[in-house]
Amino acid sequence: MTSTLNPKFTFETFVVGAANRLAVTAGRTVAENPGSAYNPLFIYSGSGLGKTHVLMAIGHSAKQLAPQLNIEYLTLDEYVEAFHAAIAAGQGDAFRRRFQNVDALLVDDVQFLTNRKEMQAELLRLTEALQQAGHQIVLTSDRPPSEIADLDERLISRFSGGLVVDMGIPDYETRVAILRRKAEERGARFQPGVLETVLETAAGIDFPNVRELMGALNRLVAYQAVNETPINAEAARQVLGVGPSTAASATAASPTAAVTGDEFSQFLTDVTVTVGKAVEAWRARVAEAVLRWEGEGYRTGRLEKLLDHDNPSAVDEAIASYIHDVERLKALEAEVGALDPQAAGDKVFRDPDRMAEAEAEAAKVRDGAAPPPAPSGAFPLDTYAGGASNDVALSAARAVIEAPGRKYNPLVLAGHSGLGKTHLLNAIGLELMKKKGAVVACLSTQAFVDELIAAIDGDRVDWWRARYRRATALLLDDIHLLAGKDRTQEELFNLFNQFLDGDRQLVFTAPAHPNKLEGLEERIVSRLEGGLVAEIGDPDRAVRRTALERILSQQKMTPDPALLDYLADRPTDSVRSLTGLVQRVSEAAAAQDQPVTAGLAREVLEGQPPAGGGGRRTTGLRTSGLVVSSAGGVRSREKMVWDWPSAADRVIEDLR
Amino acid sequence: MSLVNFTTREITCKIVYYGPGRSGKTTNLHYVYGRVPESRRGRMVSLATQTDRTLFFDFLPIDLGQISGFATRFQLYTVPGQVYYNATRRLVLQGADGVVFVGDSQARQLDENLESLQNLQSNLLEHGIDVRTVPVVMQYNKQDLPRELILTPAELDDALNFRSVPSFSADALHGQGVFETLKSISELVLKRLAAGSTA
Repeated sequence: MTSTLNPKFTFETFVVGAANRLAVTAGRTVAENPGSAYNPLFIYSGSGLGKTHVLMAIGHSAKQLAPQLNIEYLTLDEYVEAFHAAIAAGQGDAFRRRFQNVDALLVDDVQFLTNRKEMQAELLRLTEALQQAGHQIVLTSDRPPSEIADLDERLISRFSGGLVVDMGIPDYETRVAILRRKAEERGARFQPGVLETVLETAAGIDFPNVRELMGALNRLVAYQAVNETPINAEAARQVLGVGPSTAASATAASPTAAVTGDEFSQFLTDVTVTVGKAVEAWRARVAEAVLRWEGEGYRTGRLEKLLDHDNPSAVDEAIASYIHDVERLKALEAEVGALDPQAAGDKVFRDPDRMAEAEAEAAKVRDGAAPPPAPSGAFPLDTYAGGASNDVALSAARAVIEAPGRKYNPLVLAGHSGLGKTHLLNAIGLELMKKKGAVVACLSTQAFVDELIAAIDGDRVDWWRARYRRATALLLDDIHLLAGKDRTQEELFNLFNQFLDGDRQLVFTAPAHPNKLEGLEERIVSRLEGGLVAEIGDPDRAVRRTALERILSQQKMTPDPALLDYLADRPTDSVRSLTGLVQRVSEAAAAQDQPVTAGLAREVLEGQPPAGGGGRRTTGLRTSGLVVSSAGGVRSREKMVWDWPSAADRVIEDLR
Repeated sequence: MSLVNFTTREITCKIVYYGPGRSGKTTNLHYVYGRVPESRRGRMVSLATQTDRTLFFDFLPIDLGQISGFATRFQLYTVPGQVYYNATRRLVLQGADGVVFVGDSQARQLDENLESLQNLQSNLLEHGIDVRTVPVVMQYNKQDLPRELILTPAELDDALNFRSVPSFSADALHGQGVFETLKSISELVLKRLAAGSTA
């Protein structure tokens, strides 16, 4: 019932010229802002000038920009047919609902509304409903609304209420450009001058519209395909059935005596040949290129300057190099657009005379849009100690690595400080980065907030957003630090939705279950709870033992089983504190010049403080191997550096 | 005057028919006028005296239509041949892209022909133009007259065509040589324009 959009009919394949530029610009605008720019958009033109192409291009472009949009393209006849079928089936209401729910309705050939009163009423109702709902309508016709015979006044005013644009017959250059592009599409190469001959002999009269022009081109392509030698201009004339001088036939028909008429025709032909041979050889090619690229919005100063020169040598090279530069600009603009949509609008990407600036601008954006902070390589997954206390978190992490975005999204690792959340978070990030095309953003929430503040300060929020939107996974450490940061929560909320929509993985760490965190907006909390909250408990013995093994081996000590057992048996509430234990014992061993043994450890941790280091620790109260600062204001005792190698290291410079 | 306007996509060629009085310049234009389809020609402006002498000038615009994407127009002018209309001649010559010198083949008109040629040269110089840089063709008109009255084209070439520009014998009244002359000057003008120069 509804036609599908022809994939070939996009804005990219549409040749823009002076005659259709307005319609194309309006079409693009509508595709970018459906429902809000020109509603309805009414495009009219003679047959075969590209109405359907533009209409479908709007559909494609809108769909590309917002894939979730529901877009219907159909001809008026299809609409009528669908309506009649629905009425016959007693499904009139369903029919209306169906069309009222589309985001953009594209109706082709509405001139056939003539003499269809009931359809006019139906379309009027639909137009009103869609407009009220802010949905886009685009209509095409072969004449303006007011000239559609027998059209309801209300429809005329509706149709005319948005924007009515017409598309004229393309000018010479546009027609040449169309022929060239279509020939390219068909993989056909013609000798220079053949395509121009089609237009010269026709002088725009024989082929008034593009469709017929395509017919002529097809004949040439077919002819060339069956002949081994490439077709030349003269043969092209014969194939197309136009004599060497169309004007001759035109004048022969005039009332003036046929005999004498020939003299003028002959003269005209001679002049045409002279102009064609000489003038067109290069100036027209340049003029054509100027108009074509101007039509696409590029500065053409360099080409225009060519026209000022007398010497036509190297014109083709100049045009080719211009096109080469434009292609490069297009690539740069696309690249920059993906990184920073705001920067892509810069006019240097439209001026081939400023290539260096464009390259520099792109490089700047490229540098600026360096991938977001990546996970730290210091936390590989295989060094993460697993056990009963973090079993859930670890298996969830493995599931996330296995199927990012699809299993647990978001994954929240909750637990108090020192349990290895950051390690696991980074480990997940490192594993995710191994996937093809992965861009993993892994950073602390504080850094995330700081970046946003800097972006706001530098008026580069779009750039900042684009940087994170490119990521395939976002991993934020210490999400509770978002408390009270309303703007960051807002940004995170939007990112959150985009990541969830795109099945991209989100992982967070938090000191407690999200619903216990204060200062976070409800909508953030509910989203955090929407995936899996894996709580990590105090390290069990297995975790402690594995962790100790790792710590000892990192410090190049032989993990003595007795030592391991002794240390692992000591009660502790975090993995991080184990590092402290090992450090104390190893220092004592070094001071006493003894090997690290279970006995020494017991002595250090339970008996007298080691003589060598005692002098340096003036404060501190030992409990289960931990040193608690007596100084107030230190929140996390594990984060205290309790054993300074030398007094000089304790000097903290005043902050300026 | 610029021959080719790339902005408006136009080619305009101004061709001036020059020569002594009664040599047949207006006749040339009339013949062309009669052969150009109505749709392609503008109104021929002719300011003539009661005895059909050109008082000011004739003007015939011809629209050749779109040629290679250019709207191509020819403007054909004649100058009044009589000696005392020199100011008009100079005015008409202004901006000419090409000149057709219509000479009278009658032997007794040789001096007038020479005088007119010199006049052409000096009038061009008044506009700061060296006659050697302007496309010029010669047309020896009235070749249909009795042999004893006229000089042959070869003789006329010897007498008038110092720079060996293209020359044509003609009978403008019956059309012989008219379009050949026009074609030749057009080619010269257009080729010059092809080289990218402007008149």
